[in-house]
Amino acid sequence: MKAPDFDYHRPETLAEALDLLARHGEDAAIIAGGQSLLALLNFRLAAPERLIDIGRLTDLKSLSEDHGHIEIGGLLRHCDLQASPLIARELPLLHKAIGHIAHPAVRHRGTIGGSLAMADPAAELGACCLALDGEFLLVSLQNRRWVAAADFFLGVYQTALRADEILAAVRLPKRRPGSIGIFDEIARRRGDFAMAGLALAAQTGDGGLSDVRLALLGVADRPILAGKTMAFLEGRPINEARIDEAAALIAGEIDPPEDPAYPPAYRRHLTGVLLRRALLELCS
Amino acid sequence: MSIGAEVPRDRAKRLLVGRGRYVDDISLPRMLHLAFVRSPYAHARIDAIDTSRAMALPGVVAVFTAADLDGAVSSWRAAHKLFPTMAAPEQGVLARDVVRWQGEAVAAVAAESRALAEDGAEQVAVEWHELTPVLDGNQALAPGAPVLHRDMTDNLAYETKITAGDVDAAFAGAAHVAEEHFRFHRHSGISLEPRGIIADFEPSESRLTVHQSHQTPHQQQDLYARLLGLPEHKVRVICPDVGGAFGLKHHLMADELTACVAAKLLARPVKYIADRLESFLSDIHCRDHEVHARMAFSREGEILGLHVDDLFNAGAYGQYPRTSIAEGNQISRLTGAPYRHENYRADLRMAFLNKSILGHIRSVGHPIACAVAERLIDLGAAHLGLDAIEVRRRNYLDDDDFPRTSTGGVEFEYLSLNPCLDKALEIIDVAQFRQEQAEARAKGVYRGIGVATFVELTAIGPEYYGEGGQHISAQETCLLRLEGSGTLRCYTGATDQGQGIDTGIQQVVADVLGLPLGDVEVISGDSALCPVGGGSWGSRGAALAGEAAMRAATTLRRNILSIAASLLQKNAAGLTIEQGVVVDTASGTTHMAVSEIARIGHFQPYSIPEGVAADLTVVERYATRDRMFLAGNGLQIAIVEVDVDSGIVMPLRHLVVHDCGRILNPLLVREQVRGGVVQGIGAALYEELRYDPDGHLLTGSFADYLVPMAGEMPDIEVAHIESPTKTSELGAKGAGEAGTAGAVGAILNAVNDAISPFDASIAEVPITPPRLLRALGRF
Repeated sequence: MKAPDFDYHRPETLAEALDLLARHGEDAAIIAGGQSLLALLNFRLAAPERLIDIGRLTDLKSLSEDHGHIEIGGLLRHCDLQASPLIARELPLLHKAIGHIAHPAVRHRGTIGGSLAMADPAAELGACCLALDGEFLLVSLQNRRWVAAADFFLGVYQTALRADEILAAVRLPKRRPGSIGIFDEIARRRGDFAMAGLALAAQTGDGGLSDVRLALLGVADRPILAGKTMAFLEGRPINEARIDEAAALIAGEIDPPEDPAYPPAYRRHLTGVLLRRALLELCS
Repeated sequence: MSIGAEVPRDRAKRLLVGRGRYVDDISLPRMLHLAFVRSPYAHARIDAIDTSRAMALPGVVAVFTAADLDGAVSSWRAAHKLFPTMAAPEQGVLARDVVRWQGEAVAAVAAESRALAEDGAEQVAVEWHELTPVLDGNQALAPGAPVLHRDMTDNLAYETKITAGDVDAAFAGAAHVAEEHFRFHRHSGISLEPRGIIADFEPSESRLTVHQSHQTPHQQQDLYARLLGLPEHKVRVICPDVGGAFGLKHHLMADELTACVAAKLLARPVKYIADRLESFLSDIHCRDHEVHARMAFSREGEILGLHVDDLFNAGAYGQYPRTSIAEGNQISRLTGAPYRHENYRADLRMAFLNKSILGHIRSVGHPIACAVAERLIDLGAAHLGLDAIEVRRRNYLDDDDFPRTSTGGVEFEYLSLNPCLDKALEIIDVAQFRQEQAEARAKGVYRGIGVATFVELTAIGPEYYGEGGQHISAQETCLLRLEGSGTLRCYTGATDQGQGIDTGIQQVVADVLGLPLGDVEVISGDSALCPVGGGSWGSRGAALAGEAAMRAATTLRRNILSIAASLLQKNAAGLTIEQGVVVDTASGTTHMAVSEIARIGHFQPYSIPEGVAADLTVVERYATRDRMFLAGNGLQIAIVEVDVDSGIVMPLRHLVVHDCGRILNPLLVREQVRGGVVQGIGAALYEELRYDPDGHLLTGSFADYLVPMAGEMPDIEVAHIESPTKTSELGAKGAGEAGTAGAVGAILNAVNDAISPFDASIAEVPITPPRLLRALGRF
């Protein structure tokens, strides 16, 4: 379980990194915290010719806010975000989710950009960004573009990132008055990949929920929005009968992949359980 | 008195500060690294192997296939003369024509680094012809199943039956028969440090020196000498710090022997460290039983009869040299053993399958024997409307019953079953729990309590492997060497793989000799330095090596006092040693320091008259006679909470009341028991080696193979009853199996108690969330 040979670059600036990517993109892998890539290398499931270590790119370590948004540098680690009062205040959903990411050792190395770019379907951050309708800044030597979270995740470990791009920043809307954010997941042990998880963002008001965005993790090949259930919840007050209906609806609208350990029916059931818990929390 | 004292172990401090020295920390000059080409198929024919591209890589020094090693190393068969009808197919270091499990090694690459060796392994081209895999016992034993081994006509490795009394009559006359079909899935013992070896061969002296993460250095010395054709005294096996073993490391492993052959052929040191994936693929696995069992009760809850039918899904071969039979045999022998019942039948069928070799991992067979009987008692009691704890008490073997040979054929000197239960009920108020349970249920919170009584077979005697034909010492010898300064070196055949037996032996020696603990150093794990012994497995260290140490210390004490008496012109009988000083027993008057006696004994021996026993290096041995095991016993109570929405089980509280005879060090015993419970909870809730329908392992990393983590573990309380064995001076029995032996049964019963309001039950472990929810009919 030793990685095959590779060349190693450690650019000091973003420009230098993008230049390397422009030249070697297809044969190179970007390494940030290394929490996923190193295992893939050591299992020899990935064998890039070269690693581009972006750990020194201070440009990607900034955390900033404007009147409506928070912009998070791609190289900020989970522990940085977990310790940030700004994140706790303005992005409570994200803050809550980070506590579910693996264990402290992983949170001290793993980065938000790395996790999103890896696109593990069971990762917490993708579902959060989807629920919050976030955008990702993808930069290359020639180009900068913002891609919505909903357009970014394409499949298991597959994203809209091109070989010459770096995920430089994540932009998420601050919470507004009356907004709620609930994150929950069910894992075998604390810190494990979730068997199912849910990130719910919405506005509350007299008429019930509005602007409902309900993202799920661990139940598809990527983080997904539960569109039918979102529509069902939109603009209506929540009561017990409706909670039952919503739980049944969400279990029916997803189609988890075959997995001998956790069959699709089980993940559907868990998703219903999670939604029920989330809605009960809202009611209380 | 240092026996019985709560002494922290010295080794722990060193390991905790990161100064451990494990095999992989050792690097020898000119050392090569070994990597293996392992079969991607569970069952396949090898049509051709082309090593030329691997050989051409820079840094690759040699590539070996089975044919390359012909003549350099012998093959073996895992046979046991006490089980003469057991099949023992031939196994070699590398698979020759057929691979029989995914992960079986077919070629080895030696290179300047492990990474280069893996590069080489990637370049070895094997032409495979896939064969139909045989993946469970029912399939393996069905007519027409593909046969794994060419000198066999079917896959039945062994079949036996034990009967006592009249089982059919007992069942016919029963008021109730509790019956259950159990499935205990395959897992393994997971050590922090994987298996590892460095073999170094010196051709001019024909000398093999091996550093190995292992439990039995003398067994390995014997095996390497015989299989490699070397004189035994030219083979030395050194076990440095060992990071957990649990039975994984007391076998001959084909890949480790390959490292020895490679070192011999290349005349260079060769290191092989099993990585995590190949550990899952090729370590010794355990359990994997399908058990159908019935227990017959009278209306009052008396156990009238018991019938256990065990289908043992073994691996592709028996493990060598011990064979794998004990994992089945102990279930046949031990199920229901704590209880007085006269009508017993156990059927065992052991099948070879296309999975890694399965064998003796901590608590061999015990967890299943315990869980089966304890679950049947709960089921029977519930049906009869009796209190399950009272049913246990009613059937327990009591003081008047001992000594006794159980219906399964196990000899018990004494079991403290009622005292353990009494103590447990003092600590856990079951009535109060029932009240809390009812209140919690009213709020939709489902908690349960589970009890499991277990017996624990420890300190195996020489008859088992001696008669079996294995060169495995059950005799322990201790050598004590008083240094010129009066400090002491103690050489033992037991080994320390983290359990702390070094400290226990140190306490015995210091206690008997009246020396400060710090004046005694225990040296173990070196087949050249230490007296021939069995190492540490099967809970034998305290009982056997401890007794040998006691005997040696007694002899040395006699000699020290003889010298003192002659120098002091006093009667030795009136002298004793306290804190390293010879004192008058009656008056306490200080006479002379042991250091003074050591100085005179070594450097002025002429001062001691002829005829005085003046040996300051002494050796004594201990072997039991006429008994297979020393049985300990105990009881566990688990309290769990079941999330009936997710199926997740949370252990809340766990109690073990345990009797291992005389306790050398309560800290060490509690650690052993707690660690064992955690492994048992792992088996009950988490650990499982899962395969796909083609026999490919699905759980090749810790992301998929779940081990119990501290965060999920309950506090584990341990209490003791001390009933010293009268078969030895020291009185200690083993303590290493207890935690694992009872935890599965206790958790299984607790989970079933928790879900009892739903009229559901489960008899499959690990109890995964989907399995539990399916039992509850939730999806």
